[in-house]
Amino acid sequence: MVQQYIGASITRKEDERFLTGRATFADDVKLPGMLHAAFVRSPHAHARIVAIDTTAALAIPGVVAIFTYEDIADLAKPIPVRLYPLPSLEPFLQYPLAQDKVRYVGDPVAIVIADSRYVGEDALDVIDVTYEPLPAVVDIEDSLRDETIIHEAPGTNLAAHYVVSTGDIDQAFRDAEYTRKERFKTNRHTGNPLETRGMVVAYDSGELTVWGATKVPHFNREVLSSLLDFPEEKMHFVEGDVGGGFGIRGEFYPEDFLVPFAAMRLGRPVKWMEDRLEHLIAANHSRDVLCDIEIAMKKDGAILGIRAQVYGDMGGYIRTHGSLVPASTAGLLMGPYNVPAYECGVHCVITNKTGVGTFRAPGRYESCFIRERLLDMAAADLGIDPAELRFKNLIQPSQMPYNAGRTRADGDTIFDSGNYPQGLTRALDQIGYAETNPKRWVDEAGRYHGIGIATYVKNTGRGPYEGARIVISGTGDVAVYLGITTMGQGHETTMAQICADSLGVSMDAVTIYHGNTDYIPFGGGTYGSRGTVMGGNAVHLACQNMKERILSLASTYLDTEPANLVLQTGEIFRKGTEQGPALLSLGEIACLAEVPGSNEEGSGTLETTAYFEADQLTFSYGSHAAHVAVDPETGKIEIIHYVVVEDIGRAINPLMVHGQAVGGAAQGIGATLLEELVYDDSGQLLAGSFMDYLLPTSTDVPPIESIVLEEAPSPLNPLGVKGAGEGGIVATGATLANAVSNALAPLGVQITQLPISPNFIAKLLSS
Amino acid sequence: MTTERKIRLTVNGKAYESLVPVRMTLVDFLRGELDLTGTHVGCEHGVCGACTILVDGSAMRSCLMLAVQADGANLMTVEGLAEGPELHPLQRAFQRNHALQCGFCTPGLLMTAYEFLRDTSSPTEEQVREGISGNICRCTGYAPIVQAILDVSQEAG
Ligand code: FES
Ligand code: FES
Repeated sequence: MVQQYIGASITRKEDERFLTGRATFADDVKLPGMLHAAFVRSPHAHARIVAIDTTAALAIPGVVAIFTYEDIADLAKPIPVRLYPLPSLEPFLQYPLAQDKVRYVGDPVAIVIADSRYVGEDALDVIDVTYEPLPAVVDIEDSLRDETIIHEAPGTNLAAHYVVSTGDIDQAFRDAEYTRKERFKTNRHTGNPLETRGMVVAYDSGELTVWGATKVPHFNREVLSSLLDFPEEKMHFVEGDVGGGFGIRGEFYPEDFLVPFAAMRLGRPVKWMEDRLEHLIAANHSRDVLCDIEIAMKKDGAILGIRAQVYGDMGGYIRTHGSLVPASTAGLLMGPYNVPAYECGVHCVITNKTGVGTFRAPGRYESCFIRERLLDMAAADLGIDPAELRFKNLIQPSQMPYNAGRTRADGDTIFDSGNYPQGLTRALDQIGYAETNPKRWVDEAGRYHGIGIATYVKNTGRGPYEGARIVISGTGDVAVYLGITTMGQGHETTMAQICADSLGVSMDAVTIYHGNTDYIPFGGGTYGSRGTVMGGNAVHLACQNMKERILSLASTYLDTEPANLVLQTGEIFRKGTEQGPALLSLGEIACLAEVPGSNEEGSGTLETTAYFEADQLTFSYGSHAAHVAVDPETGKIEIIHYVVVEDIGRAINPLMVHGQAVGGAAQGIGATLLEELVYDDSGQLLAGSFMDYLLPTSTDVPPIESIVLEEAPSPLNPLGVKGAGEGGIVATGATLANAVSNALAPLGVQITQLPISPNFIAKLLSS
Repeated sequence: MTTERKIRLTVNGKAYESLVPVRMTLVDFLRGELDLTGTHVGCEHGVCGACTILVDGSAMRSCLMLAVQADGANLMTVEGLAEGPELHPLQRAFQRNHALQCGFCTPGLLMTAYEFLRDTSSPTEEQVREGISGNICRCTGYAPIVQAILDVSQEAG
C-alpha cells in the first residue's frame, strides 16, 4: 500500500468551525429553562465556618436555590484520587463543599442557583458566612512543623512520605571525589487554558447529560455516578469544543459534583461558567516543589549517585492527581543519564493554598530544572564543559531498553528507545555551540550574554488501554469514534490520517468523533501525551481488524481468497491490478455486511471496536538550548535564540508536532520568566487576576526553532510513536536558568529558584 | 434593582433592536441575546482579548463595554468575516499556518488582525507582534499567528 497521510503536514480538518465562530464551547450550550450557578468561596485561607445565613440572598427575585454542606450531607463523599494514589492521602481529600472548615482562599462553601449569572452574583454579595479565622500555613517548612494542623483527623500536615531508591547510594558517596549539595525551588503556577472551566447539566426523564466534559469523561462519569449514587449508564458526558487543557482542565473538581447535583435537585438545566478570577483560586495550581539534592561524582565528571528530598506543596486538599507532582519529580530526577545509585524521599505537604494538580510535563519540568542546574554547577566546579559533562553521562543507544531502576513508588522506570547523545548534538549544532567561544560575554550595551543547555527524557503514553470504534456506512463513509478527547490537539485530523493509511481509504472519507461517553463504552481520555500513542494505536488496531473483515466479506462475495485482494483508496482490487478496475467499493461491502449469512461473524453493520493495551511507557527525549542577554540594570532577559529538539519516534503530522513543541516552549518560557501564584503570609493570593499574573504575549515569546527527530521509533506500539505534547515545555525552566546563570556567573549569580523575573534578577544582583 | 434600556445597533450588517439590562456587558449581550457565540470570554477583565470585536471599525474588548454603550453602533464580530462560504484571507492564512490549536483565542485575534491590517500596510514582523500583543493565545506560541498575518499582508501587498 502506498502510504499517503501519516507523516504529511496536512492542515486541519477541524479549523473551519473555529475560524468562523461556529465552534461549540461549553458556554455556547444553551438550553430552554436553563439556570445559572455561582459559588460562595472562602475569603480566608484557614478558618472555621461558624454560621451561614442565606435569608437575604434567597429573598432576591431570581434566586432559585442555595445549597450548603447540609444539603449534600447525605451524599457527601470525598472526591477520589485518579492518578498516583497512596493510602495515606485518603484523609486529605476534598469534599464537594466545605463542612466545618475552609482550607484555602476559594474553598467552595455554597452554590447559588439563579435565573442568570448576574443575579447569582448579587446573591453572593449578601450571603452572610461567619468565619472564625485560624492561622494560615503557607510555607512547606512551616507546615512540616505541624504547629497548625490543617486536617484534624490525620493530625499531621504531611499527607504522604516514601522513599525510592536504586543502587547503593552510600557506596556512591563513599567513592565520590566531588560532591555538591543544593536547594532548588520551582514556582507555583498553572496552565491557564484560555477557556475557563464550565459545564451545562440537564436532568431529563431520568437521564443526566453533562456538556463541557473533557480530558477523562469516562472516568469522571464513574466518579459522578458513585458520588450521586446514580447509575452510570443513565449519564452522558459530552465534550464539545474545548479551549485548551494543559493538565488543569477536565479533572473532577467540587463543581463537577455540585452543578449536576443542583440540576437533578431542581429538575432544570444548570450552567456554570467559571470566571477567570475564580479559575485562579479554584482550579488546580501546579509545580510548587522544593528539593534538596546532592550529587556524587568522579573528578572526570562521571556521576556516581544522586540523593534528594522532594517536597511538594499540595495546597489545602489532595486532589485527583494524588501525589503526582512530587512523585513525578522524583521519578525522573536522574534524567537521561547513567546514574548508578539514586535515592529520593518524596513528601506531600499540606498548606493553606489552592490544591495542586498537573500542568504540562508535571514533575518533569521541575526535575529537569533541578538536575540540569546542578549539573551546570558541577561542570563549573570541575572545570568541564557543560555539554561534555552531559555527553559523558548520557545513556547510550546500545544500552536501550534501559532500566533506570525503581524511581517510582509503583515500579521501575524503563526507557524504551532513543539516541540521547544525538538529541543533544542536534541542539548544540542548531545554537552554534561549538563556534560560540567563549560561551558567555558582555556586549557594548553592557548586557551579559550566555548560552544554556539542558537535556530531558519524558514518559508519554500511559496505558492501560484505549479504544476506538469504526463504523462504515452504505455510502462508504468511515466514522471513527474515539475514547480519547481533544482540547486543541487536532485529533480530528491526525486520527483521520492514521485511519486512512491503516485502512486504505481516502482521508476525505473519514470523520472523527470524540468526547462522548455514548460513542464507546470505555475510554481512557487525553493526558500525559497519551493521545497519539494510545488513541492513535487504538485507531490503527481497529483499522487492522476492520480491514480483515472487509477483505473476508469481499472474498466470500468474489469467491476468492482474502490474500488475493487489496483495499486501497476505499476500493477492493485484485492484487497486482491495483490500477483498476475496482471490484467493489467500501459502500458496497457495508451493504454486503448487512446481508444475512454474508459472513461468519454474522450480518449487521460494518463495525468494529478495538482496544490497544500498553503496560509500559514510551519515552520521548531531547534537548533545549538558549542564548540569552541579560541587562544588569533592569534585570530584563532577552531570549535571542531558542531551540527545542525532541525525538517522538514518528511524527503523524509534522505541522502539528511543531505546533505542540513551539506552543509548549512558549508556555514554559512564560512560566519560567513571568508566572508565579504568589501568596502572602495570611494565605491570600496576590496574583489573582491577569493584571497580576502575567501570561506571555506575542512580544514576550521569542521565535522558537523546533527540530523534530524520528531517530528512535518506540518498539512498544505498532505505529512506533511517542507522545509529542510535552517536550516543548519540559526543559524550558532548566535551559533558561542555565543560560541566565551562565551569563551572570561573572557577577556571582546562580539561579536556584524560579521564576527568573526582572525583579528577582535585580534582587540577586544587589545582594 | 435592574433597569432596562432599549438599544438599536447593527451587527455584521444586520439591524437589531433590543431591551437590555443596563448592567449587561456587550459580550454577554452578543452571546446570550443575539446568539453570536463566536466572540469569547477569556478573562472578563480586559486583558486576554478573546472578546475583541469591531465597534464602528475600532477593535474593542466587548467584556469591558456595556451593551447600552453600543446603542447606535455598527459592530462586526467574527461571524461577519467570511463572505458566505468564502473564508476571509485571514481565516485561510490562519488555517494554512496552523495558527490555531484550541481555537478559543482565534475570533479575538482575527478581529484584532483585521483592524491591524486595515491600518498598517506592509507591516514588519515586529509591528505584527506589537499589534497583537493585547491578545493572549495559550496554545500556539504566537509564531504561526504572526506568520499568518504577514502572509495576508504580502498577498494584499
Ligand atoms: S474577555 Fe475581554 S479581554 Fe478577556
Ligand atoms: S489556539 Fe488555544 S488559545 Fe490560541
